[in-house]
Amino acid sequence: MSRHLLSAGDLSSDEAIAILDAAKQMHAIQTREVKKLPPLRGRTIVNLFFEDSTRTRSSFEIAGKWLSADVINVSAKGSSMSKGESLRDTVLTVAALGVDALVVRHNASGAVQRIAGWVSCPVINAGDGTHEHPTQALLDAYSLRERLGDLTDRHVVIVGDITHSRVARSNVLLLTTLGARVTLVAPPTLLPAGVGAWECATSWDLDAVLTGKAAGDVDAVMMLRVQRERMGGGLPGGARDPGGVFVPTEREYAIGYGLSPARLDLLAEHAPILHPGPMNRGLEISSVAADSARSMVLDQVQAGVAVRMAVLYRMLAGVDAPALAEASA
Amino acid sequence: MNGRARTPAETTLGAPDVARIVDRMAHQIIESIAKFGFDAALLGIPTRGVPLAHRLSDRIKVFADVAVPVGSVDVTLYRDDLRLRGVRPLGETVEPEGGITGKTVILVDDVLFSGRTIRAALDALADLGRPRAVQLAVLVDRGHRELPIRADYVGKNLPTSPRESVRVSLAETDGADAVSVTEGADA
Repeated sequence: MSRHLLSAGDLSSDEAIAILDAAKQMHAIQTREVKKLPPLRGRTIVNLFFEDSTRTRSSFEIAGKWLSADVINVSAKGSSMSKGESLRDTVLTVAALGVDALVVRHNASGAVQRIAGWVSCPVINAGDGTHEHPTQALLDAYSLRERLGDLTDRHVVIVGDITHSRVARSNVLLLTTLGARVTLVAPPTLLPAGVGAWECATSWDLDAVLTGKAAGDVDAVMMLRVQRERMGGGLPGGARDPGGVFVPTEREYAIGYGLSPARLDLLAEHAPILHPGPMNRGLEISSVAADSARSMVLDQVQAGVAVRMAVLYRMLAGVDAPALAEASA
Repeated sequence: MNGRARTPAETTLGAPDVARIVDRMAHQIIESIAKFGFDAALLGIPTRGVPLAHRLSDRIKVFADVAVPVGSVDVTLYRDDLRLRGVRPLGETVEPEGGITGKTVILVDDVLFSGRTIRAALDALADLGRPRAVQLAVLVDRGHRELPIRADYVGKNLPTSPRESVRVSLAETDGADAVSVTEGADA
């Protein structure tokens, strides 16, 4: 695979499937007594997080450690960034320590791409602003394949705040690469400008998608988190998105786009429910849906470690090799 | 063999030979593990070690009427040439029924050559449990060891030159049973 993992769109179908197949074997380690594999022994991975994250950072940390790499967490809060150092200087300082890979999260879209141009080691995007989150898309695809098998011609519906979601963008790119069809559902205010150019369908009406003539072919539903600061009206504390109000009230959003028990009944028996977390119960997803047997929320977290192990293995284990030999010995 | 030059892809063993060899190895394994009350497990090394392990288990069942559990142990992540030769797709590791701790574990592979695969398998085993003893069964021993490793059960000793490659084909993976030697090093 290519040197960096910056966008889910960088992955060819073959590369994505190679990662997902490796993840399947990595997944088995979670049930073992000795959770340790040796391929990254002697490698150093730095998790460079300029934005708060618990699940992604710890997931990358566990993945690296289970592959025997040394993993160091650097959070911008404790770094010299808060003393006024530029992003470039901070990154070059960390890279100069002799790291073999950087896992970077930043709240600015495109920051990780910039960083990849400054350093000589592989860079993995762990989420940049509202742009991309390729390993989340990989773990979603992994979870979907666990339930549905091959994703060719499967129909995945993604519901929620598409505008501010790096998860949605990466998922559209990866799922279409894997042959699936994607429909994005959101109120018009939460669909990004230029979404017409994305390789997917869009709708403002969730019920129409779930009950319309294409209803029977919905194979999976992915609910995205809707941040409360994007809502108008009646907010405790009154925190608001500086970009303005996108939805009049929480109630209105829940009625129009929440996965209620009634909408859960509209879904086909085989269709799983995904959510990248953290969930707002009662807002975008009801507890009935979140706790149902179709919910894959916890499977997604588990898959996150396996998928990140697979990414690290495929990017770093053979890094000295002149060419990535796929031939079996 | 015997000094004359081999023609390309000379078939050294055919399907009846392979069947006879597997039967003999099954008998030898029975003799050995009978001492421990058959408390053993067969662990195939992917790709072709796995069907071989299943065959040995099937024949042991026929000859001695005991069921020896079968598993597999993928050694890709334990290889010492990952950096040198790049990443490869992973095989499947399946713990045999009842695990491996306290048992006599018999590693099964198709060809024994440098011994590096077996070294990797021993490391992998240590992460899976603590066997009472570990033995090695190979269909073909072609020599040229680079590590102090030897097999406990050898189907066929096949003297080769390092420049040749030995190819084992099995019905399960390749459509038919055969062992052939060709000029030119392994890919």
